[in-house]
Amino acid sequence: MVAFLIRRVVGMVLVLIAVSFITYLIFIKIPGGDPAQRLAGRTATHANIESIRIKLGLNHPFIVQWFDMVKSLLSGTLVSYFNGGTNVVDQIKQGLPATFSLCLGAGIIWLFFGILVGVISAASAGRFSDRAITALALIGISLPVVWLGLVLRYLFAEGGWISSFPDGGYYPFTQNPWEWATHLILPWITLAVLFIGFYGRVLRSNILDTINEDFVRTAKAKGLSPRRIMTKHVLRASLIPIVTLFGLDFAAVLGGGAIITETVYSLQGVGYYAYQSIQAQDLPALMGVTLYGAAFIVVFSVLVDIAYAYLDPRIRLT
Amino acid sequence: MSEPLLEVKDLSVSFATEDGTVRAVDGVSFGLERGKVLGIVGESGSGKSVTAMTLMGLTRGVNARFGGEVLYNGTNLLEVSDRAMQTYRGSELGMIFQDPMTSLNPVYRIGEQIVEAIRAHEKIGKAAARRRAIELLHQVGIPNPESRVDNFPHEFSGGMRQRAMIAIALSCNPSILIADEPTTALDVTIQAQIVDLISTLKDEFQSSVIFITHDLGVIAEIADEILVMYAGRVVEQGTKRDIFYDPQMPYTWGLLGSIPRLDRPRVKRLHTIKGMPPSLINPPEGCRFRPRCPHAFEKCAEEPVLESRVDAPGHLDRCWLTVDEKRARRDATISPTTEAA
Repeated sequence: MVAFLIRRVVGMVLVLIAVSFITYLIFIKIPGGDPAQRLAGRTATHANIESIRIKLGLNHPFIVQWFDMVKSLLSGTLVSYFNGGTNVVDQIKQGLPATFSLCLGAGIIWLFFGILVGVISAASAGRFSDRAITALALIGISLPVVWLGLVLRYLFAEGGWISSFPDGGYYPFTQNPWEWATHLILPWITLAVLFIGFYGRVLRSNILDTINEDFVRTAKAKGLSPRRIMTKHVLRASLIPIVTLFGLDFAAVLGGGAIITETVYSLQGVGYYAYQSIQAQDLPALMGVTLYGAAFIVVFSVLVDIAYAYLDPRIRLT
Repeated sequence: MSEPLLEVKDLSVSFATEDGTVRAVDGVSFGLERGKVLGIVGESGSGKSVTAMTLMGLTRGVNARFGGEVLYNGTNLLEVSDRAMQTYRGSELGMIFQDPMTSLNPVYRIGEQIVEAIRAHEKIGKAAARRRAIELLHQVGIPNPESRVDNFPHEFSGGMRQRAMIAIALSCNPSILIADEPTTALDVTIQAQIVDLISTLKDEFQSSVIFITHDLGVIAEIADEILVMYAGRVVEQGTKRDIFYDPQMPYTWGLLGSIPRLDRPRVKRLHTIKGMPPSLINPPEGCRFRPRCPHAFEKCAEEPVLESRVDAPGHLDRCWLTVDEKRARRDATISPTTEAA
């Protein structure tokens, strides 16, 4: 276990170094990306641009530029090129409450309903309820998040049908939990719908595969009740792939991947900050959010492996 | 003859599939007395496993249709509710399966899986059930059962897993143990141990056994009565003596001839039954073995009934040849004396 953790931590560091390097490389190489030129404005002289370039450290060799940027990011002193040069780490920290609130709620909703949908449709496989659920799941998977977000907002917040919910924005939990929840219900649903449909489909086919396993027949031959067979024998085996999916999907949205949902509902989270940084082509901010997101992915992939070893005793962590 | 513990009367099982109705079992009847071992032999697809699974209620499903009766202590198991069947499984009828590598759940400890079977039928505490599990593992010949009870299935060898399966099947002291090809997936030396174990434990637990296999060598060791099945039907039925010393059905001759023998002159090639078992959607008219039978003649187009044709009561077969013809012809198949055979 200790050897496993050490190896994985070393791997994580290497992955993050590679991610930061590639991010930097892509940014420098894309056309029209020279930040000095864009900061200097339309009427800048050559000397003007050059002085800005020196100020930002863009005159150094590529490797040195990259190293300096990562170093200042890690020490928390990295500032963005635009928007008045705000501190990148502070900006990400400010986005955390909104992003975490969105993801925790949505994650619980999609995991719960995804499992429920999968179990119900597998249990009634081939019958009407299964077909109806399958159709709904496919619709859920196909709905674009932007569209769903705008429609829900229109219907339930802007008077399209009923105006029961506040229209976007984030309300801190510490000030008023009730307001916090009502502000987040629509974003939670918007983010969760896609995953519910997807997880339900995956779980349904896992369950139907597992039901034909020999050990399930043994469980029946022992005289166990159908409910016990389903929960203890079938579901346990079928949930293992769901754990992987959930670990990585959850890491991605926590890491700022819920860009569209955060933008549609004006939740000032990390995803929203990422969206702004991309629009402004603001390299330090992009580097910050990219590494922040990558860190979640690598940490959660280790957590998924540990969960695997717990769920399946044949797997050893080495 | 005492009242049989289990009596199967004219059992038929068919499944509706996309290609048509599969008549997997067609008019099978037999009785099983207390403490006896009934062997069912036949090729793959002969309906022997479906028969066994039907006794356990494991073939129930939306596409399955049943006919006839399965009388256990006078109750027709085909008609009891799913819920009632659940109480029979495990407690009255125990079953072990072909592949011990996949029949145990890989994520639970051996002990948990035995305890689960016990507690499904008996109101007994966890600690007491665990002590029973250890005792059962000891009875099926697992060394150090006190520590082995906490192992996972992947820490057991194939033979040990089959022993654990037997422990599960016997955990609630069932009256009938159904063994569906329990030795097929095991090494030959382990096979013999498992057969010995089953025959010892059946006396210890006073159970009857239904032993399904395609291996006549295994059947010879353990069975009292034998059913030979072909294409969903019983084609010959009798005591072990009847089947091995006076086989009446050419299909049985073929099975007997395909066993390597040390007590007969060596042959170059073992006998094989030519062709494949027929589809059970459209079985052949008349005798179902006719298309593969080297002795078939005109009369075989008419279906032979399962009846006694020799003067041993209870020895039944489905073959139109006269008893004298059969006795004259069978040795060429069962024990060919020349290498050319």
